[in-house]
Amino acid sequence: MIEIKKLTKQADNKLILRGIDLSIKKGETVAILGPNGAGKSTLLKVLATLIKPSSGHVTINGYDLRKNQMKIKKMMGYLPHSSLLYDHYSPLENLVFFGNVYGIKNVEQKSIDLVREVGLSFFLHEPVKNFSRGMIQRIAIARAIIHEPPLLLLDEPHTGLDQGAINILNNVILSMKEKGTTTLMVTHDFKQATELCDRIIIIKNGKIVDDFRLEEKKLNLVSEKYQLQVEGVS
Amino acid sequence: MLRAALLLAKKDLLSELKTKQVLATMIIFAGLVILVFSFAFDPANNTTRAVIPGVIWVIIVFAGILGLNRSFISEQRNDTMHGLLIAPMEASSIFLGKFLANFSMIMIVELVSLPFLFLLFDFHILGYFPYFLLVLVIGSFGFISIGTFLAALSANSKSSEMLLPLLLFPVTSPILIGAVQATRIILTNIEKLSSAMAWIQLIAAYDVIFFVLCFILIDYVLEV
Ligand SMILES: Nc1ncnc2c1ncn2[C@@H]1O[C@H](COP(=O)(O)OP(=O)(O)OP(=O)(O)O)[C@@H](O)[C@H]1O
Ligand SMILES: [Mg+2]
Repeated sequence: MIEIKKLTKQADNKLILRGIDLSIKKGETVAILGPNGAGKSTLLKVLATLIKPSSGHVTINGYDLRKNQMKIKKMMGYLPHSSLLYDHYSPLENLVFFGNVYGIKNVEQKSIDLVREVGLSFFLHEPVKNFSRGMIQRIAIARAIIHEPPLLLLDEPHTGLDQGAINILNNVILSMKEKGTTTLMVTHDFKQATELCDRIIIIKNGKIVDDFRLEEKKLNLVSEKYQLQVEGVS
Repeated sequence: MLRAALLLAKKDLLSELKTKQVLATMIIFAGLVILVFSFAFDPANNTTRAVIPGVIWVIIVFAGILGLNRSFISEQRNDTMHGLLIAPMEASSIFLGKFLANFSMIMIVELVSLPFLFLLFDFHILGYFPYFLLVLVIGSFGFISIGTFLAALSANSKSSEMLLPLLLFPVTSPILIGAVQATRIILTNIEKLSSAMAWIQLIAAYDVIFFVLCFILIDYVLEV
């Protein structure tokens, strides 16, 4: 699904990504861990076609990231730190607009269903600007999956969510995984990472320092490996 | 491509309908300009006719800048611009959508303020109204299309409110000179219609060239 070769990204004379090589198969759920400022969000932004890599080669589903942007954009759902929602629009209006942009049929019904799924049908027509952080995050998740993308890029999707919303999000990710969706998830939450993902990647200083599969859902293994790589316990 | 552009334009206009911030500011501005000019120049006096073309384009230019400044800045809240950039729409669709929204807004401002102006200064333009309309439309078209492009360009800068007019005036001055001249001839000296037509042709050519140029170059401007 995703092939990354020798990817680097430079900004202001500073190397943010220094040679990432990564291959992700279709249907995998991959967690990306790493300390603050490691370059995790930057990697997702490159994959989301928001920023151009300085060098290296990326293909997604066989499409070149530089040449076939339109095809890649269509099959990608991206949830960044910010919500990408219009403040004075209601959840319904936001979702209908983005749904239309992606050319979805029955947008209105689909949006209403999604808002219900994330548990905010009571606020269907309230402007988003009055929402709390967790509520905004719920709508932002709905926005990212409205076109049922076969590739999901999630940047710290669990921030600000209450326990109920975490369960909703995890169910969404798991049910999309059953449909064959590939998910890349940046997170600082080891527990969610172990529960959801079958592969863990640790990034430090713009490089992949560890990459392993999780056969059993063992939280200890993840935190041990993380400490080894990041906190430098040798 | 057109579909995405229309969606975006519709989104912008609907949100303007909700907040009424920009359009209200633009119309209030237009009203103030007309009011101040009516104090400064006696509407009953015949020499007043000479300043009307200037007043019209002062309204369009400054009200236009008010709207243009907002059009891309408004997409920075919650990074909604990123939402558009990751969506399957071409950069040119974004340009076209923003252009359509800005153009409709300036047309609404003209529609509201100019009849008021003509009424106040007791102007009868019925005979050459089509020509007047033509100048208004193609003048605004050029000004707004270049303005939309430059607004996208300056939106990433910290001082975009200042940068936009600074970039806009030199580039659009041929359009503005042509439009003011053509308006003046049509409103005060209709016998010289042929020279007004020459100005109109100049504006039209400029419009086409710059619209195509903006359309092509927007790809390099809309990046994060
Ligand atoms: N546009 C930019 N210009 C210059 N430096 C940047 C830019 N964007 C990011 N950086 C730098 O790149 C590094 C990696 O940033 P990034 O946002 O990818 O970190 P992250 O791994 O997502 O961290 P966090 O866990 O805090 O979200 C940081 O040191 C940041 O300062
Ligand atoms: Mg980050």
